[in-house]
Amino acid sequence: MTRSFRLPDLGEGVHEAEILAIPVIPGQTIREGDIILEIETDKTAVEIPSPFAGTVADILVEVGARSMVGDVLMTFRTNGEQISASPDASSPPEKVQPPRDYRQRPVPASPSTRRLARELGVDLRAVVKPTGAGGVVTKEDVEAQARRQEQTAPPLPAPPFPPVARAQPLAPVPTDLPDFTRWGPVERLPFRSIRRATAAQMTASWSQIPHVHCQDSVDITMLEAFRQKHKGEIAACGGRLTMTVFAMKAVTTALKTYPRFNASLDLAAQEIIVKNFFHIGIAVDSESGLVVPVIRDVDRKSIKDLAVEVDGAIARVRAGKQSREELQGGTFTITNAGALGGSHFSAIINYPEVAILGLGQGRMQPAVVTDDRGRHEIIPRLLMPIMLCFDHRVVDGGDAIRFLRLVIDALEDPDELLITMI
Amino acid sequence: MVMGDMAMSTDLLVIGGGPGGYGAAFRGADLGLDVTLVDQLPRLGGLCLHAGCIPSKTLLHLVQLLQDARAAQKMGIVFGEPRIDLAAIRSWQQQVVNTIADDLMTLARRRGILVIHGRARFADSGAVRLQGAELSGIRFKHAIIATGSRPRALPGLIFSPGGRILDSTAALALVEIPKSLIIVGGGYVGLEIGSIYCALGSRVTVLEQQDRLLAAADPDLIAPLARRLGGQFAEILLGAKVTGVEEEDEGVSVRFSRDGKNERLHGDRILLAIGRIANSDDLGLDHTGVTLDNLGVITVDASQRTTDPLIFAVGDVAGGARLAHKATRQGRVAAEVIGGKKTGFDARVIPAVVYTDPQIAWCGLTEEQARHENIPHAVHRFPWKYSGRAQSLGMADGLTKLITDPGEGRILGIGITGRGAEGLIGEATLAIEMGALAEDLALTLHPHPTLSETAGEAAEIFLGSPTHVLPKKTTKDQGM
Repeated sequence: MTRSFRLPDLGEGVHEAEILAIPVIPGQTIREGDIILEIETDKTAVEIPSPFAGTVADILVEVGARSMVGDVLMTFRTNGEQISASPDASSPPEKVQPPRDYRQRPVPASPSTRRLARELGVDLRAVVKPTGAGGVVTKEDVEAQARRQEQTAPPLPAPPFPPVARAQPLAPVPTDLPDFTRWGPVERLPFRSIRRATAAQMTASWSQIPHVHCQDSVDITMLEAFRQKHKGEIAACGGRLTMTVFAMKAVTTALKTYPRFNASLDLAAQEIIVKNFFHIGIAVDSESGLVVPVIRDVDRKSIKDLAVEVDGAIARVRAGKQSREELQGGTFTITNAGALGGSHFSAIINYPEVAILGLGQGRMQPAVVTDDRGRHEIIPRLLMPIMLCFDHRVVDGGDAIRFLRLVIDALEDPDELLITMI
Repeated sequence: MVMGDMAMSTDLLVIGGGPGGYGAAFRGADLGLDVTLVDQLPRLGGLCLHAGCIPSKTLLHLVQLLQDARAAQKMGIVFGEPRIDLAAIRSWQQQVVNTIADDLMTLARRRGILVIHGRARFADSGAVRLQGAELSGIRFKHAIIATGSRPRALPGLIFSPGGRILDSTAALALVEIPKSLIIVGGGYVGLEIGSIYCALGSRVTVLEQQDRLLAAADPDLIAPLARRLGGQFAEILLGAKVTGVEEEDEGVSVRFSRDGKNERLHGDRILLAIGRIANSDDLGLDHTGVTLDNLGVITVDASQRTTDPLIFAVGDVAGGARLAHKATRQGRVAAEVIGGKKTGFDARVIPAVVYTDPQIAWCGLTEEQARHENIPHAVHRFPWKYSGRAQSLGMADGLTKLITDPGEGRILGIGITGRGAEGLIGEATLAIEMGALAEDLALTLHPHPTLSETAGEAAEIFLGSPTHVLPKKTTKDQGM
């Protein structure tokens, strides 16, 4: 009898898995419970034991392939009588008993290790090769897994500068700190996960890139009126019309005009890589730290589409449900601190990008307005601080001012934005 | 804090002063929370201290002394007939309880916990009203319900103080020693209290609905106890379904059906020990988002949070094994979650001990459960007749058994019956929590001669070469 092995339901809303390893070959005799696949979901790596005893007939997947729950991955020739609950190969994969048992059986680990795992957000099943005697997951295994998770943690759109980062992955100042408790009570908080990854990324960027900041103010009185007028209809489509959405469009126009801001510096090859796509990262302040989801092909999307997509991405980040893919591939980043307050600030470039645009809070301020006849008048206008920080190795100040001017012009006049919008 | 008719407010309100409640309150205070605890008893300890674990174990120690004194006869020491002074026993029991209760109150005071004597009912998801207290109400940021459980009565029956139908609380007050005591329920409460009254002179009859005593434990662990009690108790009637109990002019009677026949039994007193029900019905929970299951147990998640996000529940009222140590841990977990820690109740095993003579203790997977749920397992028994220590104590009918994974030998469960099982189960619990293999247990040196060797030897049986019993024909290291 031939039986199919399908990707079983892995639980926890996981529908897809990547095949990491296939430790069996066609023709191999296997016993029930032998490991036939190692897979990785976006949450964990899991070894899948065989639900059958028999011979591997055919392997239908390759290492590296992604499979959906229910996909047939292998076929087996079995000897007839089976313990498997499913009477035939087409029955739902949930019925396949051994994988479920495998997941239900507790991973051997001491109570303190389990507590540590909980604190570090490590699933004990993610430890593929426990180092403890007899397969016990140790404290060190959990710590190693936490480090692996951090390395692939959300805020790293790309690995930081390889040589420097590897030598000092976190680059905290290695000097000894004084004993602060001499002066008063202190609390020690873990420096882990997104916080640590952010630190590594920022240190790499700040220490490698010669940053230059230029700043200005943009009069968004008209744009705000435009936004107020249209935000209802956008909300009806499930989006949120924010300053960020307009800024994305304005920036994309500027990037098309000044492509060197949409680039990366390849020092090894001594080349500037100019990207012919416009994927804009949005810095999101989440409970667990700074996360930058990337909105793809901003130049090809309408304001309405972007308003919906950005809102969805932010919601996913705040819920901690963003996928790793949507944090990668950005070409330029926008950080909008306006909702929280604050005026001008300096931003750190999201390496390996070349520039970052910062927006402050729009506030009613006295502005000198000159009318057609050259008369000046001071009237209250809604002014928003705007900053461009750029890598002076790749671009120069003149282009930066021109780039920023283009963005400001688009944001000051919705008509201009619509006409120049690419 | 304002007294009088004003409501006060607190970070953490704990309702119930038993092991779950004070465990939660103490942990919360240690984490820097402002904690208030409300309980119907004037002092902390709850049912466990005031009418449960501690009073019963105090009495069971005396029972053991009586039995040891009797057993010493065949070892060459003869005591006279014991004289039992009931008033003195009650006074000793009270002294034990007082010491512990006073210590708990000191611990609470030193931690800055406000203990309020009264009854709390929820007004909404952020406040309780108090009854019988100096305050009218308390507003809270978080609340932990730790109100425990109470003995279950038969339908239509209400326990009345001074009546002849007793619950465990009344029985442990040891008001008198009746000539005959009928115990409905052959679980640990029935057997422990039965042992006490039997040793103090009552004729004890046990009625159990199931076909064996202590249905939660494996039959081979129960066998020595069943033999011993069979010789001490007047009668143990298994498969007896009780249909009613009545107080009569003189004594009580119980009606039950057994083997298809209706029977009636008369006695002086009846103890109903047929389980407990959660104290969730008089808390005003309908004013909150807390949900109950059909048995009145509060639904909680692994962090002990109820379906109302600000309200947690721990211990008996939150279901599961009704054991003090589980309640305390759950209380601590709830307080830690409220204090902002990432934690949860993830004990792999909850050990249970029955303080009869012999004691029975077990944790983790039982053999019956493994069979019932079709979990692959192997069982390794080390009978105490091969233990030098058990022989020297004259208690050779004990048993230590190990339930392991059949392949790698990961320890899944341990059951022990015999003197001192309460102390032996700790090693077993640690072994399972640490993910130990039978080999780990076998290679850990156990001092000789002790009863703890029995666990090491049970593990050696798994390895195929125990010292004090003959190995089976096929051993793991055959040919090595």
